[in-house]
Amino acid sequence: MSDFTPTNPKPFLGELVNKPIVVTLKFNKTQYKGTLISTDNYFNLQLSEAEEVVDGKNKGKVGNIFIRCNNVLWIGEDLSAKEQPQEKPTTDNAPATTE
Amino acid sequence: MSLDAPLDLLKLNLDERVYVKLRGARELTGTLQAFDSHCNIVLSDAVESIYELVDGELKSTEKSSEMVFVRGDSVTLITAASDDE
Repeated sequence: MSDFTPTNPKPFLGELVNKPIVVTLKFNKTQYKGTLISTDNYFNLQLSEAEEVVDGKNKGKVGNIFIRCNNVLWIGEDLSAKEQPQEKPTTDNAPATTE
Repeated sequence: MSLDAPLDLLKLNLDERVYVKLRGARELTGTLQAFDSHCNIVLSDAVESIYELVDGELKSTEKSSEMVFVRGDSVTLITAASDDE
């Protein structure tokens, strides 16, 4: 028997509450980085201390925001905020080289 | 009053100035009168800014309305209005 336990979307989002996350929208190459406050059955999102990033460029703080569910492409933990609280938008798209 | 879902937190913005980002490079600032689960919203004293590229230059048009209904499907983001927006 395998001990594989699937992580379902809802528990996954539940784990991300009160953590820094990145939300990428389907439109306009827009991302929002902030702390996830809450979600609902539709995966509408509430973020605090959010920053808007359009096409890799930081457009500044937008504070406490509500994002309507239909615009969301994907949601993930903001790993850059975890490593260094003062994050910088990375423009490094070069493929990693192996020696 | 429960305040643990995203839409519940919008209740806190009722009768306050809000900034609403819409599909198609449009944004609205107004006083939030009402909203529902589809994000249909009613704003009073609203100002809409429409951005478009005309010959490669960004042009913005403003439209004011005393009371406006916004259909929820065009809403992308809602936040409290700050003075610089």
